[in-house]
Parts: sequence; C-alpha cells; structure tokens
Amino acid sequence: MTELLNTLYVQTQGSYLRLEHDTLKLDIEGKTAAQIPLHHLGGLVVFGNVLLSPFLLHRCAEDGRSVVWLSQNGRFKARLSAPTSGNVLLRRAQHATLDCPERTLQLARRMVAGKLQNARTVLLRAAREASSPESEGTLRGAAALHAQAILGLPRLRYLDEVRGAEGDAAGAYFAAFNAMIRTQKADFTFTGRSRRPPRDRVNALLSFLYGMLRNECASALEGVGLDPQVGFLHALRPGRPTLALDLMEELRAPLADRFALTLINLGQIKPQDFTSRPGGAVELNETGRKTVITAYQKRKQETLTHPLLKKPVPVGLIPHVQARLLARHLRGDLLEYPPFFYR
Amino acid sequence: MNVLVTYDVNTETQAGRRRLHKVAKTCKNFGQRVQYSVFECRVNAAQYEDLVAKLKRIINPKSDSLRVYKLRGEREEFLETFGLDRHVDFDEPLVL
Repeated sequence: MTELLNTLYVQTQGSYLRLEHDTLKLDIEGKTAAQIPLHHLGGLVVFGNVLLSPFLLHRCAEDGRSVVWLSQNGRFKARLSAPTSGNVLLRRAQHATLDCPERTLQLARRMVAGKLQNARTVLLRAAREASSPESEGTLRGAAALHAQAILGLPRLRYLDEVRGAEGDAAGAYFAAFNAMIRTQKADFTFTGRSRRPPRDRVNALLSFLYGMLRNECASALEGVGLDPQVGFLHALRPGRPTLALDLMEELRAPLADRFALTLINLGQIKPQDFTSRPGGAVELNETGRKTVITAYQKRKQETLTHPLLKKPVPVGLIPHVQARLLARHLRGDLLEYPPFFYR
Repeated sequence: MNVLVTYDVNTETQAGRRRLHKVAKTCKNFGQRVQYSVFECRVNAAQYEDLVAKLKRIINPKSDSLRVYKLRGEREEFLETFGLDRHVDFDEPLVL
C-alpha cells in the first residue's frame, strides 16, 4: 500500500521552491524558510504566485510526486503531468467499460449509491446532534428521502435517470445543510449551493475543500494508472477530470462536508477567516486558508475503518484505496465496484 | 524508522574539510540538522541502507568517526530536548 506521505502547501506569495540535491528548499524573500528531504513529500500544492525551479519540476515528474497549481483562492489551475506511465491494459479496460452502456450504468449506480448512502449517514449523524427539534426533523426528512432514492436506484435503466436521482438527492441534501450548522449560526448561514463565485462563507469553505478533494482524487487515480479524464457518471468534456469527479462523489459528504461542519461547529474557523469581494463573492483569506489546510492535513492522518478491508486506513489514503478498487473492477477482477461507505 | 546520525570528521586537512561538507550534505538529503554534527532522519529500511552506504563511502575510517543510533519507536518517546530546538516535524501539516 502507498504510504501516506505529507503534502507541502505553499501559499506565501512570491516564494520560490527549488531542488537542492535530494531536498526541497523553500525561499521566502530570499531567505531559506524550509529545507525538506524530498522523501517526506508525496506532493506539492502551491497557491498563486509561487515559483518552482525547472529542476524541481523535473525531479517531481521523475519520482511521480504530484504538483498542483491553484489560484490564490484555491481554484484549480494546472497539474504537473509526468510521462504517461501505468498500465496501458488498465486504461484500455477503462475505455472498454465506458463503451459498454450496461457496465457504465451499473458503475454509475454504484457510485451514486455510495454518494447517497454517505450523505444519508452525515445527515443522520447531524440529526442525532441537532440543536433543535425542527433541525432534527429537517435532517431526518432529508435522510429518509435519500433512503428512498437508494432503494429506487436498481430500477433506473438509463444513465440520465441515475444522474437525475443524484441531482434530486443533492437538492434535498443542500436544502437541509443549514440545519447541520449548530454554532456561529448568524455568521455561517447556508442558503443554497453557490459556486463561481461562492456567495457566502459556507460555500467558500465547501468550494475550497471540494477543490482539494478533487486534486487528491485525480492524483490517486493517476497513481494506480487510470485516466482521470475518462469517467462514467459524469459526462466527458475536454479538460474535465470526470473520473476524479466520479470518485469524489462518494467522498464529498464524509470527507469534505462533514469536515467543513466540524470546522464551523467547533469554532475552528471564524468569520474573520473570510473576505468579501465587491460583487458578492466570498473567499477564504490567507489566515483562513492556513487554518483550513492545517486542519485538513491533520484530518488526513486520522484513521477510519474501511468497511471492505476491515482495517483502519488513514483518511488521506481513502481516495487511493478506492482508486485501486475501481481499477480492479475495471480490469474484471472485482465483479462490482465497492464504493466507500462511511459510518 | 527514526535514526540519529552523529559524526566527527577530522578537519585538519583540506580533504578532511571536504569530507565533512559531504557528510553534512548527504545527511541533509535524508533528514535535518539538529546540532552541528547531529542529524535526525526518518527513513524506511531501504533509505536507511542507502544513507549508511553513502556515508561509509565518504568518511575516512582511519581519522573520522560516524555513529548511527536507531530509535526504537517514536521520537517523542525517546527524546528529551533542552534549550534551543529548531527541529521541524515533517509529518505535521506543512503549510508555508
């Protein structure tokens, strides 16, 4: 199994990263701020104006360390793409699966089932801890809707119906989302999902976390030799990592939403961690990003019991485990893809 | 595995000073300097062999001394520090 290596996040504007022997050296304003042996790092994520030396990039490409460039607000910009490696037979199997409507449908169903089940678990868990009877009612209602949708999945015959079921459930989920916020209610009110740009603090936080999760899913898929652009549930579009989006669906609620709620409910994140832009956009500012990333990195080191492997797995490795299971299914070693079920 | 690498390299000659520099450089690739000639490294078994082999190739066994201590477990369990400590835990979130 892959070791969960640390990810270095660099958000100080104007910093410069370079390779020195087998270490990464980080200069901020001409002074070395850190020097880290490369073997501790699984990847780099840099925000905004951060420079990387060509030789560092070459080395990361050779070793298969991921490098991701994000805008200062965490919007995905680019990824380092190393020479295509991995298993061409696996990628052929991936494409063959997409060419077979029944298999695609079945896979999409499993993915949506995973997503709905995990969203339901998050709703029910929030319902148990709800601050008021009305919140609890709202959450239980949404959870019941999810349960129904899951039961209805096997009857769906077309991919679009599966997508529709997912969309309906997502609507109900986000309609109930506000009831999961227990503290700082005045400062963190969720009125509906808004992106590009996020229009409130909760949305800004969710968007940021989804961006991080998406990168991790794409890296995990590439790690097992799958093509992150060839997905099943999401429609293909040039430049869109649809398989990463597919994989992300079942992980959103337990790994991102639940985490966002914890940050808010425990008061780890505060209104001051956000900045409002003219025009209504809200984004995390530098201190906010630092708080979120630090907590997120800690979260990745915590362990959850994987329901299939029946052993504790660091949260950060869950996308990798799922990518591997998906590869096994596509190759025909596993009859069905087993989504990750969160408890 | 956490290891502690310490060394004494005889620097009376030009070649000795070069060896000292090389030893430090090699250690830096595997860990971090915690005192002038003391490095703490967290390595796996393969990296450990690599590190030791590289260091053995650099030093002059007649005039230099190299000691590698393996910690039997977590660093926190086996280490007490006093005074200045610039150690950075590379497993902690790295946000800069």
